[in-house]
Amino acid sequence: MADSARDRILGRIRAVTGSKDGENPGLRISQPPLLIRPRIPSELLPRFVEKLELGGGSISQVAEHAGIPAEIGRFLDAEKFPATLRAAPALRNISWGDGLEVSYGSSDGGDLVSVTPAFCAIAETGSLLLVSGEDSPTTLNFLPDVHIVIVESDQLLAHPEDAWAKLRELGQVPRTVNVITGPSKTADIEQTLQIGAHGPRKLHVILVHPE
Amino acid sequence: MQSQSHRFKQNVSVALEDVSLQKALSRVQEGFVDKRAAVVSTLPEFEQLREQGREIRNHVLDHLDFYLRRFENRVQALGGQVHWAENAEQARDIVRDICRRVEAKTVIKGKSMISEEIALNEALELDGLDVVESDLGEYILQLAQEPPSHIIAPAIHKTRAQISELFYNAHQKLGYTKKLDTVPDLVNEAREVLRSRYLEADVGITGANFLVAETGSNIIVTNEGNGDLSCTLPRVHIVTASIDKVVPTLDDASALLRLLARSATGQEITSYTTFSSGPKRAGDADGPDEYHVVLLDNGRTEMLAGAFRDMLRCIRCGACMNHCPVYGAIGGHSHRWGYPGPIGSVLTPNFLGLEEAGDLANACTLNGHCASVCPVKIPLPDLLREHRRRQFERKLQPLPARLALAAWAGIARRPWIYQPLMATGIGMLRLLSRGRGKFKSLPMLGAWTRTRDLPAPQSRTFQTLWKKQRGKR
Amino acid sequence: MSKARIGLFVTCLVDLYRPSVAFASIKLLEDAGYRVEVPQSQTCCGQPAFNNGDFGSTCEIARQVIDAFADFDYVVGASGSCIGTIKMHYPELFEDDPEWLAKARDLSARAFELTSFLTDIAGIDSVESGFGGELTYHDSCSGLRELGIKQQPRKLLGSIEGVSIREMQHSETCCGFGGTFCVKFPEISTRLASDKVDNICNSKAQVLIGGDLGCLLNIGGRLQRLDKPVRVFHVAEVLADMADGSAIGEEET
Repeated sequence: MADSARDRILGRIRAVTGSKDGENPGLRISQPPLLIRPRIPSELLPRFVEKLELGGGSISQVAEHAGIPAEIGRFLDAEKFPATLRAAPALRNISWGDGLEVSYGSSDGGDLVSVTPAFCAIAETGSLLLVSGEDSPTTLNFLPDVHIVIVESDQLLAHPEDAWAKLRELGQVPRTVNVITGPSKTADIEQTLQIGAHGPRKLHVILVHPE
Repeated sequence: MQSQSHRFKQNVSVALEDVSLQKALSRVQEGFVDKRAAVVSTLPEFEQLREQGREIRNHVLDHLDFYLRRFENRVQALGGQVHWAENAEQARDIVRDICRRVEAKTVIKGKSMISEEIALNEALELDGLDVVESDLGEYILQLAQEPPSHIIAPAIHKTRAQISELFYNAHQKLGYTKKLDTVPDLVNEAREVLRSRYLEADVGITGANFLVAETGSNIIVTNEGNGDLSCTLPRVHIVTASIDKVVPTLDDASALLRLLARSATGQEITSYTTFSSGPKRAGDADGPDEYHVVLLDNGRTEMLAGAFRDMLRCIRCGACMNHCPVYGAIGGHSHRWGYPGPIGSVLTPNFLGLEEAGDLANACTLNGHCASVCPVKIPLPDLLREHRRRQFERKLQPLPARLALAAWAGIARRPWIYQPLMATGIGMLRLLSRGRGKFKSLPMLGAWTRTRDLPAPQSRTFQTLWKKQRGKR
Repeated sequence: MSKARIGLFVTCLVDLYRPSVAFASIKLLEDAGYRVEVPQSQTCCGQPAFNNGDFGSTCEIARQVIDAFADFDYVVGASGSCIGTIKMHYPELFEDDPEWLAKARDLSARAFELTSFLTDIAGIDSVESGFGGELTYHDSCSGLRELGIKQQPRKLLGSIEGVSIREMQHSETCCGFGGTFCVKFPEISTRLASDKVDNICNSKAQVLIGGDLGCLLNIGGRLQRLDKPVRVFHVAEVLADMADGSAIGEEET
């Protein structure tokens, strides 16, 4: 039954598109045409910071990986959140030290703070691109109240198209790709903006930026 | 959803008198129109992007079968399943059968216009399922048992006080006994109530802003993160999408997403853009065990073949309704079926027939504001006029209107009759006005004079005066 | 060199309701150095039939207009709506009729709304008029969106010494006229006209100017029903210094 619905739908479409078979649409996938990309009038990093903050996110910078735990501690202390983290297993190689209580794995909704790595960051829109995988659970991106994302400065790309090129190098697109720009928000009640609808109330980026 | 499109005129009167609706509609200007204008003004390439968006969507329609087959092929390669539905009933059956097979009890839903179009909630509830809308606006409407009145802000017509009352009545049994009156409190309560619903849901159903043929992904954009949780937490993820949602590549999707957020909410990008491709992979820490895509036709192949093909470019941003003066006056409920505003006035007669929904195509001044902001340049006024052409050909307009039009056209085609007739008519009208310059009322023209004075003719017809003056020249 | 010839498209509403707009248009075009004639075989552009779905009658009326204006260098009309129909929609009507399509395209290329002809073709950038006061301008939808008319009337009006323009909010929003829409959906139409009246009154201008008589009759009628002291003129009347008589809907003097 489903098969015949498929054949009938595709048949009706082909009856219309059939005459245009001259060009090969597959080429658009194997050799995508260059599309318009908005010009970025500044350096990538200031642009990224500007747009991230416009979307409601915040950022702090550290010079090396060793500085990450202390920076997270400072941020959580300033925001009055407990120093308890649920971290993506991909971040196991960080030595967290004594100040933070860190556990690894996906979230069941009981975690206040998560920390995850980014696949890359996009300057055009101030976005973070996160991918799912064995070591990077998607639930960490949505269930905790505070989401902290670690970005390396060489992961900063200009446009989403640059991110897709990098993603294609993986061979197969991961199950979930999240492009995240700021915390969760809603304006569904009287068009009044409210932060923290279903996802994180805070999105904080820690940029590892060697001097 | 029960259509009430044929009761459009009665609905209009109710809407214009509805104080809280009018208050809510007044927020569309600030909330959507001004924000869109501001964000567009900072992107010099916007007009080029619109033209490119039109081209991408047209290219897809020219090769729709290729891209759908490619999409299907990719989804299957990733371990997902694609189901094809020719109409709403088939689509409902497919979703219901999946829910039955996996012995689902609770379904959590992201916002999906296709779900509204096929009346999915009602079908699943009839099957004993607990269906929960997770988009805050949709959740409010589910409690109110009302259809959406806007495709981006479905509960735009609801006031805070009304929402407070709805929450109070629905959440008391869950232990929330306080009546809330601030927006943050209301949002927080919904967050808490819905969080447990996500975690217990067996099936998550979302729509798709786009389907990507290159990768077999479906894309949803949200600000709340609700659809994204609905894709991730339940053990089964079902995507309901119409066949026109497919785009060739990730790059094409990005090109259209740049247009979508700006046109919809005046944002450069929404908080979340989520790409889901197949079920969770071996070793993945989370994600659904099953991934299904239901591809719905429901009249779209017919549109593809005919005069309404341009409508299939639509990316459902809602800019047309935000800029529509008629929508601004009466909102989206007067349509009472799925799609409100200008896109609804084009789509609804296609879905339900002109007999049922003919009024919608006429309730438009053809001011063209909608088309001027459409991110993919759909000529909405031309499509509405095409509906009117079909109404005229099938004699569906009211008899008095048809007779008046025929009489007017009959003389307008004959200048030698038209000019003396008009000269006489205008002369009489001028006499009747007795130099007062206007009429407070006129028989046959009550539709005008009930609320407006009718200016009187200034003099004799221009053609009469010109003939006289030319004689003197 | 002989003067270029212009055929004046009078428009049905100007013919019936406000001949002074046509006389003003003729004066402006003659002052700009053109010879103006008024073909007798014109009635209407056919828009009422077109927008009510009667494409057959529209085609017949369109052929009549195409023939009536076949010999002119330009066709000019004081209405963005009627010229929009001629310029943008006539060619669509004859898509399947090569002979008439060619004629319709030819007419389309020669057809201009008055203020856009004066500024864009005749190169006029100022006029002399004794009219004075604070004006506000309503952008009629067809002129604005089909023909891109926005700055042209403002440029000409702004050149008049005693005139200042006070822009109203939402000057580009429809007034609710919409041809037969205003009597088919009178409640919605009135609501849009009322919103327009509010914006006009908030601008504190004493005079409303527009380029399309349909909108002006609608807005003027609503202004007067609500007893607002705003006077209403067509842009041609003000530019040609022929706005010394009664405004639209005013008692005769």
